[in-house]
Amino acid sequence: MHKVAIIGVGCSKFGEMWDSGFRDIVISAGVEALEDAGLEGKEIEAMFVGNMSGGRYLAQEHIAALIADYAGLAEFNIPSTRVEAADASGGLALRQAYMAVASGVHDIVIAAGAEKVTDVGNPMDIMISSIDKEWEGFVGATLPALYAIIAKLHMEKYGTKEEDLALVSVKNHKNGALNPKAQFRKEITIETALNSTYVAEPLKLFDCAPISDGAAVVVLASEEVARKYTDTPVYIEACSQASDYLAIQNRKDILTMNSVVVAAKQAYKQAKIETKDIDVAEVHDSFTIAEILAYEDLGFVKKGEGAKLIREGVTELHGDLPVNTSGGLKACGHAIGATGVRQAVEIVLQLRGDAGKRQVNAEKGLALNIGGTGATAIVTIFSR
Amino acid sequence: MKVGIVSYGTYIPIYRIKVEEIARVWGESAEAIKSGLGIYQKSVPDVDEDTATISVEAAREAVYRANIDPKDIGAIYVGSESHPYAVKPTATIVGEALGVGNDFFSADLEFACKAGTAGMQMCIGFVKSGMIRYGLAIGADTSQSKPGDALEYSAAAGGAAFVIGKDPIAVIEETYSFTSDTPDFWRRELQPYPSHGGRFTGLPAYFRHVTSAARGLMEKTGLNAQDFDYAVFHQPNAKFPVRVAKMLGFTNEQIKPGLLVPYIGNTYSGSSILGLAAILDVAKPGDRILLVSFGSGAGSDAFSIIVTDTIENFERNPSVWDKIEKGVFIDYGMYLKHRGKIRM
Amino acid sequence: MLPRFWRKIKYRYDLVGSYCENCQSFFYPPRNLCPHCRRRSKIKEVPFNGKGKVLSYTVVHDAPEEYKDEKPYVIALIELENGVKVLSQLVCDPKEVEIGMEVKKAFRKYGEDGASGIIYYGTKFVPASHF
Repeated sequence: MHKVAIIGVGCSKFGEMWDSGFRDIVISAGVEALEDAGLEGKEIEAMFVGNMSGGRYLAQEHIAALIADYAGLAEFNIPSTRVEAADASGGLALRQAYMAVASGVHDIVIAAGAEKVTDVGNPMDIMISSIDKEWEGFVGATLPALYAIIAKLHMEKYGTKEEDLALVSVKNHKNGALNPKAQFRKEITIETALNSTYVAEPLKLFDCAPISDGAAVVVLASEEVARKYTDTPVYIEACSQASDYLAIQNRKDILTMNSVVVAAKQAYKQAKIETKDIDVAEVHDSFTIAEILAYEDLGFVKKGEGAKLIREGVTELHGDLPVNTSGGLKACGHAIGATGVRQAVEIVLQLRGDAGKRQVNAEKGLALNIGGTGATAIVTIFSR
Repeated sequence: MKVGIVSYGTYIPIYRIKVEEIARVWGESAEAIKSGLGIYQKSVPDVDEDTATISVEAAREAVYRANIDPKDIGAIYVGSESHPYAVKPTATIVGEALGVGNDFFSADLEFACKAGTAGMQMCIGFVKSGMIRYGLAIGADTSQSKPGDALEYSAAAGGAAFVIGKDPIAVIEETYSFTSDTPDFWRRELQPYPSHGGRFTGLPAYFRHVTSAARGLMEKTGLNAQDFDYAVFHQPNAKFPVRVAKMLGFTNEQIKPGLLVPYIGNTYSGSSILGLAAILDVAKPGDRILLVSFGSGAGSDAFSIIVTDTIENFERNPSVWDKIEKGVFIDYGMYLKHRGKIRM
Repeated sequence: MLPRFWRKIKYRYDLVGSYCENCQSFFYPPRNLCPHCRRRSKIKEVPFNGKGKVLSYTVVHDAPEEYKDEKPYVIALIELENGVKVLSQLVCDPKEVEIGMEVKKAFRKYGEDGASGIIYYGTKFVPASHF
């Protein structure tokens, strides 16, 4: 297996981008990534695109060809493939690109993620299709409702408090304020979070990530090829994916995301590292409770002790294990299919020392991208 | 052959609205309405309840209490004037929800407030002829009333289901109907609310048909008012059934256990049969009950029913009165929302 | 949506689930294949009794368009007596619900396909203390 490096990253601004269409957003991220990698374009051999629902957000399928076309790659006729796993689509695209290079089939591959959600009136109603439409959505459950049911039980069983959830939001907003690409660049107080209205009890507005427009692109290359382009490659040590029952009612324990546990175990094993070796992480905080669960399922703490990390400030920007230095999905924004790639961009910037005001000292990073309520999880481990 | 009621079940939505609350909105005197109609409050369905859900809940209770295999039910008739669909039966929804299978006779019935008892008569005929083992007759409504109309004080929601068959808890010894073309209350195609002839619904309609059916039945059976332990008449308000009972020689004691309208309003197709269910809740073996329904348009179905020993081992809890007492009061704004009367 | 809804009417109108005779497991929603036995699955359809208790719940305030009429409403994860977990709307005052509360099935409207479309019915739950 070939060692795989990331030689360039790009990311659009995340948020409500009224002036930009889907194509504009993707191109802005793509141009930035190619510039960062020092590529002209013709070196690219293949492309994987993560996009959850072009069909419903834009009434546009055939997204992969569209992106290759507008990225100016039509003349090269490269294979371009869209992959989908709800809001884990970006992580999936990264993994497909990783495997294409690791296998030796291709030398330089693009992993992109993109979503344009604000061209429709009710973007959240489309997001609901990431859960089991027939047996969860149809009875009136929403994505926040399912995470709320998990949060409620976590609070009941482990004593996690609404204040703990609010602290996750406060931390991520604080980080987001330092990220020029973030949707929300404003710190909030714990009171603001706690006084926000309930979306699905116990989750409030400030416990829920927005859904955003945005795109992110990373350029992957084999180790040998990477050296030609950069002195600061970031290596992908492992990229593992796992699945679980789609509906939470079928899971033995809704407080554990088995997909995350399994993907993390495989990734640590392949990267030959332990949890304590991770210096920085981007996790899928679509809801604040999801970040708490991630702490536990990634093995940072034991099951039930997730809230301790946030209470003790361990995951703050200058804590022992900074999590979501980008602002996470909560503050940086959640452009669904783009998020998994956007997380990779952040880890690469941190490991290269290009993270600006939010720079932390890190050699090894981890990204966790989740689809829906955890039926898909992708854990990627990066190193300098 | 002794054919009659093998089981019964009832459903009354939990929400109530008080006459005072409706009168407040329309600037009317609650006291005058309460003394005029004898109604204090009425039942209101939840936003996700309709005649189909009420029918299923009542039927489920009936089938559960009967302890029979739903597949032995050979006919389902749902009587209502508020079927959720103008075209497409409610009875099929009930059949599917109960797991009756596919081999059953079925149709929706409409005869204003007497469609439920009409279904009972049809089931009696089917059972007596040997065509089916059990028949399920349901009367249920979420009755419509125009905001501001006098009917708004009474038009309520509820229903009752009866399993008709052999070896009953109460034998239906005789039934008799009196029918004429008397348009005292109607709803034209595509109209959201019914219209009525005001006071015309009294003498020529309700009183003529109820008394004629009751007298016809008593003549046919050779019985008189004193032979009955209980009587229940259709209850569009509390005044009419009390007055008609008196006209026929019945006492207040005979009708009291089945007089539900002051507390839940007029449940239309459910009205007289919910009253019957409330009487069966307390009746003892050997008791004889007179049931007379009334449907505008117009007709009355009268039944003479004798309670058997079987009722002693029959599950009668929770009782109809238990359900009546378990109310949650809502205001007029919430009432409008529940009834889908807010224009969006 | 019409054929899609119709196809599952039996399983929505009542709690009809699956039972694997090979490993004695119950499933809801119904499955054609037992996740424990797969090729050795011996699946048959069984009606479940509609009694259970609340494992966890939420009160939904931000509802999808078609459920706005009912908000705030409770969505609960309910464990039936046979151990099967069911996600359902729990029709009650949101202040009434608590973890561990006994509940029972109820037949209710889920919604409708507009004013002239079909009506979707199905199983919800109510507190066991309700009649």
